[in-house]
Order: sequence, then C-alpha cells, then structure tokens
Amino acid sequence: MEKQDALWIYEKMNEIRQFEDEVHHIFSKGSIPGFVHLYAGEEAVATGVMSQLDDDDYITSTHRGHGHAIAKECDLRYMMAEIMGKKDGLGKGKGGSMHVADIDKGMLGANGIVGGGFGLATGAAISIRNLGKENVAVCFFGDGGANEGIFHEALNFASILDLPVVFICENNQYAEGTAHRYASATETIAERASAYSMPGEFVDGIDVEDVFDKTKAAIERAKNGEGPTLIECSTYRNYGHFEGDEQKYKSSDDVNAGRDCIEEFKKKAMENEWLTEEDAQRLETDAKQKVEAAVEFAENSPEPDIDSLYEDVFA
Amino acid sequence: MSENRNMTFMGAINEAIDMSMEADDNVIVIGTDVSGGAEIEHLEEEKEDSFGGVFGVTQGLAAKYTRNRVIDTPIAEHVTISSAVGAAATGLRPIAETMFNDFVGFMLDPVLNQGAKMRYMFGGKAKIPMTMRTIHGAGAGAAAQHSQTLYGMFAAIPGVKVVVPSNPNDAKGLFLAAMADDNLVVFSEDKTLYGTKGEVPEGHYTVELGKAGIAREGEDLTIVGIGKMVQVAQEVAEQLETSNVSVEVIDLRTVSPWDEETVLESVKKTGRLVVVDEANPHNNTATDVASVIGDIGFDYLDGPIKTVCAPDTPVPFSANLEQAYIPHADKVMDVASELIEDLKSVKS
Repeated sequence: MEKQDALWIYEKMNEIRQFEDEVHHIFSKGSIPGFVHLYAGEEAVATGVMSQLDDDDYITSTHRGHGHAIAKECDLRYMMAEIMGKKDGLGKGKGGSMHVADIDKGMLGANGIVGGGFGLATGAAISIRNLGKENVAVCFFGDGGANEGIFHEALNFASILDLPVVFICENNQYAEGTAHRYASATETIAERASAYSMPGEFVDGIDVEDVFDKTKAAIERAKNGEGPTLIECSTYRNYGHFEGDEQKYKSSDDVNAGRDCIEEFKKKAMENEWLTEEDAQRLETDAKQKVEAAVEFAENSPEPDIDSLYEDVFA
Repeated sequence: MSENRNMTFMGAINEAIDMSMEADDNVIVIGTDVSGGAEIEHLEEEKEDSFGGVFGVTQGLAAKYTRNRVIDTPIAEHVTISSAVGAAATGLRPIAETMFNDFVGFMLDPVLNQGAKMRYMFGGKAKIPMTMRTIHGAGAGAAAQHSQTLYGMFAAIPGVKVVVPSNPNDAKGLFLAAMADDNLVVFSEDKTLYGTKGEVPEGHYTVELGKAGIAREGEDLTIVGIGKMVQVAQEVAEQLETSNVSVEVIDLRTVSPWDEETVLESVKKTGRLVVVDEANPHNNTATDVASVIGDIGFDYLDGPIKTVCAPDTPVPFSANLEQAYIPHADKVMDVASELIEDLKSVKS
C-alpha cells in the first residue's frame, strides 16, 4: 500500500462511518421509510477493495450496500436523497436503501435479494471478456449469501470460464440473526474455494491492509486471465441486521466484537507514516462536512413527481 | 433463391439468431447445450455441436461465431439467466436460454427481481437488452415437468415483455424485434411448432412487439389465440364458416404488453369474444384479456366472454390424456356454443 492509497482509504472509511451513523440517527427520528441495513463496522472491506478499482470495474453489492456505493465513489448527496426517497436520488427515489446503484460508476446495485449479485457479477465479467476490456467484476456477498444455491452455480461457472471476477464474502458472523458457525457446514467460506479449483483466501476483514493485499493479488489474477478468486473477509457490523433489530443474538465474545477498523487503520497508517494527525483530522472533518451537505441536499430535494411512478419501467 | 422460402419454425428462429449475431458482435448466446460441444476434442476439431440446443434451434452457431459468443453453461439455470442479465447491463445483448419453461423455479429471480426491475430501481440508468428464449407447451409426451405453458407467469411481471409466436414468419420477425428492443424480452416457443413450416421472407424484417395480428378477418365472432392456439382458432373458424358464421381470428403474438386496441376494435365489430390459451385456466393471459375487454368493451359485447384453456391439472403423460388436456377445436365449439346459438338466432 502506498501513502496515496492510505489517504484515500482513510477518507472513504470516515465517509462511510459518518454517513451510516447519520442514517442511523435520521432513521431513529422517523425520516427514512422502509428497511435500512447499515455498513458501519465493515469499512475496511469496501475501502480495501475499492481503492484498487476504477469506474470501468464493476461491483455487485448486497442488502448492506451503502458502504460499497460510497467506496465506489457514488455521490453522497444523491445517495442520501435516494435513501430518503427523494426525487434527486440515484434511483429518482424509486429504489431506496436496498437498491442504491450507479451504473456509470460501475456500481450495479445494492440488492434486496440475498445472493442476487453472484450472477450479475459473473455476467459483467463475461462482458469484460467479450468486449476485450482489462477490467474486473467484484461480487460482494455476505455469510448469508454464501449459503444460497447460486453461490455454487456462479463460482463453478466463473471458474470453468476463467472469468475476471473476484468473489468477496463479508462474513460479519450473522446472516440476519443466524450465526455463521451454525449455518455453514464448513468452518470458513474461503475453504470452499477448493471445490471450484480457485484460490480461497481468509482475510482479517478488520485490517484494511490485509484486505488490500489479498484483493490486489486476486485482481491481478483475474486480469491476467487466470480466473476468479474467493476471498472471505472476517468482519463485524456495528449495528443490527436492519435498523430496529434488537440484536439479541450478539455477544461480546463474538469474533471481531469490540474491534474498530478505522481506529486500527489510523494507528497503523500513522506508524507507517502514511498518515499524519493533521491529515487524519482534515479527512475526518471533510467527511463530516460531506455527510452534512448530503443530508441538507437530501432534505431539500422534493418528493418524486407522481407521474414518475410510471416512468423507467421500459427503455 | 426465391424471396419467400418455406421454412420450419425452428429454422426461422435459428436464422433470426444467426442474423442477430452476424449484425452485432455484442450478441451472445448462452445456455445449457446451446452448442453442447465445449471441450469435446473430437467435436472441437470439426467445430460441431453435440446438441445445438436441446431441439437443435441453435445448431451451427458455435462453429460460426466461436465459443466465446455461444457459451455452453453447466445445467445451472439460475446463473445462466442471472449472468445474462449482468452481461446485458454491462454492454452485451445476450440471447439466454432457459430450455423448458418448467425450469422457471430455478431461474426466476434474475428475471423477476433483477432484470425486470434494475432500470426502474436505478432511476432509468440501466438497460437490459436481453432476449430469454424458453420452450412451452404440451403435446410431445413430455409430461408434467416439461410441458407446461407458463408465459403468463412472466407476463405478470412489470418490466418484462413476453412474446409467443404462432408461425415461422412471425417467429423470425418477432425475434428480430425482440433483439432490437432494449428491454428484457421473454420469447416463448411452443415445442410442438418447431417442425411446422411456413413462408419466411429472406433478409431482415421485424414484426412489432405489442401488436397483435389479424390472422383471419370476420364479422360475427372474435377468437383470440396465443401461439399454437391460433391454429385451433383457425380450425374453429373454418368449421363455423360452413354454418355461415364469420370468425375473426386474432393472433395475440405478444402476451405482455398485449394489444388491447386490436382486440377491442374486433369486438366492436363482432360483439362476441372467445380467448384460447393453453395455460391452466386461472390467472392466465386469457383471463386477463377477458377481464380487460369485459371492462373497456362491455358496451360492445352481445354475450359473455368465453375462455378456453387447459384444465386445472398438471400436464398428463399418456397420449390420450394429454390430447384431452390441450384445448382443441371441439372444446372451443362447446364453450362458444352459447355465443354461436345466439348468433344463429340473430342471423336466421
């Protein structure tokens, strides 16, 4: 990792954390309709991966997609407007939190269907291959998604075609309220890679540098035509499955409970002289201001016109 | 070669796929056994398919366009269709195959929740220029899990267009129209029509999506048919002609969005409507047509709208049972008898 990577990562980690804490706050006031699943706590994964992608690389995301969208450089103002169901939202207020997307940024959507991104990312990788591009598709999924049938179909298919796709499992220990250790017959998701003749990496998902290094190798493999990689990032979420979840299933003994990826990275980045205290303060303040601006923008955005109910069903 | 050739239904579809691939390098074909020969060395050398589609509809395309564009999938319907949706969202124009429509249980999410909704959810930024071919219909002895007629299920999903061709000419023209469309189109082919022949023009032409065809003009009774049921409607029309009853036969062609205007105009003229659909009898295209025309066409109707469908049973295997299952002309005559008696009394 270079200094510029570290600065970008620290900036985006703070944007995600502050965005999500703010959404948590606004939701508790009742200003956000529907279901909201917050990414706070898992910032190391999205930023460690996305620091190596550009707009022409594709990602597919999950229920917990805000962090992926922010790290893929979707505009915070349009994101917040979307989450509030406003006209200026990324989806014109018709997608909401679970469907935040910006195809121009290569962000193929948060997804309300667990496992919904596996096939989409595999297809994006077919596009990359057939169009002769030197890009990669990254499929984010959770420990819950790993137990869907499509996990098997997609990893097998991507592997036989050596497609340029990286499958990244964010194992935050709980699929809704069901523990990974109960729901998975294998101890890790990563070890399942051997069934598909691809490398499987188990990563400390709270440690950005570990995520960064393992992803870098996987992206290189994908771009070199050597096929997909399965990476499991062990992480933890700060909030519940959804806002309003009492989180009765959590325990202080949980894997990664009590760790904070941003604090850990700040310490390491300062030790490595990637980041000064001044840089950190500036980036934290910038993130705070960007989130405040996003909230102001979203609150001032009008509700969608009723006529828009009927628009964009077909091209 | 003459301008119009006698071609089979499957030949017409093969030609439409071939022309689409020839015209645009971004068109791919993806599905189980669409070629069937991948990595079988003795076939690779001769560039042969092992299947070319389970009925041979995609034969010859892998040799012509390479396996990069004619992609054999494992038997994995979910990733076949979801990867096609992902490819469509990112620059390709896939022709994806869900072999028998009965496999819908394994592949529905990418149509129902992804492809049909991405554009809407993403504020109009996405487009999904994809045609999903699938096969429906009883009559081939394929029993309950390979013979259903399920296009109506797809037609119930907003954001999806659903096309059901009845003859080779339309099959080619509707397919080329589907390929020109920037939306997810389900193209549902009746397996028992594959060998049927008809005139098919050379070259590129389209049959407009969402526009029904008037297969036969008439004055007394409108029969709307879907796919193979257009033939049934034609048989009934011929039988009734001998009784001096003039039947207008409408080939619906597209079941979503279906052509309300053409059906309504016909009903304005005839005042009597029968809809023939091979689907099971409830919540299908026929009931939808009946419901809508019963509403917007009420003032023009001289009697109840009749639907003729398969019974509310799975498709049986034994040939006599299967033939009893499929709507046929006698059944249409029975169901329409009330309308026809009324007609005769009016005419006499």
